[in-house]
Amino acid sequence: MSSILSLSSITPRSWQGYAALVLLAGALLLWPLVSATPGYGMATTVLIFILLLVAIEADNFPPMIGVVLLFLGAHGAAWMLLAGITGNEGSARASFYLLLVAAWFLAWRCVTVLSSFRPTSRWASTALRLIIPAIFGAWILIIWEAVTRGAGIPFILLPPPSAIGARIVGSLPVLGADVRQTIFKAVIFGYVAGSSAGFLVAIAADRVPFLRRGLLPIGNMVSALPIIGVAPIMVMWFGFDWQSKAAVVIIMTFFPMLVNTVAGLAASGHMERDLMRTYASSYWQTLFKLRLPAAAPFIFNALKINSTLALIGAIVAEFFGTPVVGMGFRISTEVGRMNIDMVWAEIAVAALAGSVFYGVVALFERAVTFWHPSVRGG
Amino acid sequence: MTGVSPAVVSASKLGLTFQTNDGPVQALSNVDLTIGKGEFVSFIGPSGCGKTTLLRVIADLEKPTSGSISVNGMTPEQARQSRAYGYVFQAAALYPWRTIERNVALPLEIMGLSRAEQAARIKRTLDLVNLSGFEKKYPWQLSGGMQQRASIARALAFDADLLLMDEPFGALDEIVRDHLNEQLLELWERTNKTICFVTHSIPEAVYLSTRIVVMSPRPGRVSDVIESTLPKKRPLDIRETPEFLAIAARVRDGLRAGHSYDD
Repeated sequence: MSSILSLSSITPRSWQGYAALVLLAGALLLWPLVSATPGYGMATTVLIFILLLVAIEADNFPPMIGVVLLFLGAHGAAWMLLAGITGNEGSARASFYLLLVAAWFLAWRCVTVLSSFRPTSRWASTALRLIIPAIFGAWILIIWEAVTRGAGIPFILLPPPSAIGARIVGSLPVLGADVRQTIFKAVIFGYVAGSSAGFLVAIAADRVPFLRRGLLPIGNMVSALPIIGVAPIMVMWFGFDWQSKAAVVIIMTFFPMLVNTVAGLAASGHMERDLMRTYASSYWQTLFKLRLPAAAPFIFNALKINSTLALIGAIVAEFFGTPVVGMGFRISTEVGRMNIDMVWAEIAVAALAGSVFYGVVALFERAVTFWHPSVRGG
Repeated sequence: MTGVSPAVVSASKLGLTFQTNDGPVQALSNVDLTIGKGEFVSFIGPSGCGKTTLLRVIADLEKPTSGSISVNGMTPEQARQSRAYGYVFQAAALYPWRTIERNVALPLEIMGLSRAEQAARIKRTLDLVNLSGFEKKYPWQLSGGMQQRASIARALAFDADLLLMDEPFGALDEIVRDHLNEQLLELWERTNKTICFVTHSIPEAVYLSTRIVVMSPRPGRVSDVIESTLPKKRPLDIRETPEFLAIAARVRDGLRAGHSYDD
């Protein structure tokens, strides 16, 4: 075999390369990859070895070419390993896992080399900033896929990501309807209403001292209410549709905004407030020109906390009665029908939606509080 | 108002006692003081002598507990409501979310001036403190000296006749401080404003002032008032003249007399 012949001339330059070489030798000793027939074809196996050896050898090339070879070698090998397991599910032997770990080490080396690059152009550094976490995330999926299919883990316990992906693609209309019901109706409405209410009450409490003393303890109590207890009551009050879920979201998002805004309104310095006093500035002028801008970092903190709370609140609330649509409804019913891949698909969509939601709020935060030391960096 | 212009600041038997957890603290006691138009008055003394408190009483940031004080013939509160003074704090206290020109515009916005009027005044006051060209910068992009100059521009922008300055250059190094002192004198000469200036530096007080009010602590009181005999035009090297040194020596004596060193 050509791969065995070239083994003697391969010289790794990193510990990941050496480890991969050792693992490759181990994989060769513990032949074959799977115990089932038909197993991997000879051509496929040889190609996997060649790809991995190329990746090990890559450090001897100029860094730019080397990193491409590392990337292609490690991920090409991983791809072929995963593709070959089809039909051999549950029969993977140690050799299969050794090759997978070798490919993972080489991908690690690839990220290490990428991290050491100091790109000069803007787009290159942006691309680099995106590609490194992308490789990291991809390997979580690759290992998940390889272990679930290679070891034949029961579908009910943990479906492979490919099955979840296929389910997402196959159920787009259902998922879309669920997202519309849960996120675009309950979450957005509840988030906006709850956060605005918390904000306005905070300003009222700031203006009227008796509200501050009376409302804050009550707000504190409301925030301590268990969502599991509140949700069915809200369903009884506001009906099965999204309005009752929005009510739960309002209850959950109100208090973080209230507390943070109250703290933020106290954040401006004495000197800055004295300055406004020397201008004979009115309460509202001081509020808009000094205290609210100074409170912005606190308010955005609440908006970020609320973006995840709102999603959790709406999904959990749907467990207590809903029309036959919605992410929480889908999760609770599909668990009962043992359609675990659909549950995972909803989880993936919820995670994606939550991240996008959070990201949008964080972008707004950067734009508004550009002056804050935590954003401008010192 | 025709005839003799009244005193800009006039205090008699002024006293202020803070109630603290450790009992009452007499920050000011029996202060009698009259400041005329166009004067440059420095308040000097060790910490705790009430010099900042006195300035804050003039600015209506603190209320006196005894005696009386008038600013421009009004109570301090009326004077504050009519925007009779500009106040410069120990730190620049610029708002970091506003550019330098928007910071200078802040009092103008509050007073409801038109956009065009704001622009004209921003340009004029930034010229006055030599900050032209830095309009679009944010405060955190400027040095400490430039920030303090911007805060002076902000106090000047609405053209109050009285400027209250509370150790404005205390946090700056000596080279920058000398430079800003020179510029402040020049500005005072050009604008003919009345300036009350709190400091704990003897050379700074002597160099700038037409009158030096020496204060001493426990209780905070005026222990000496020294009229400066220096000419209005003062180059920096006036500080080496015997006349300057003689005034500085008197201030030092006044500080020593008022300060009890036995504790």
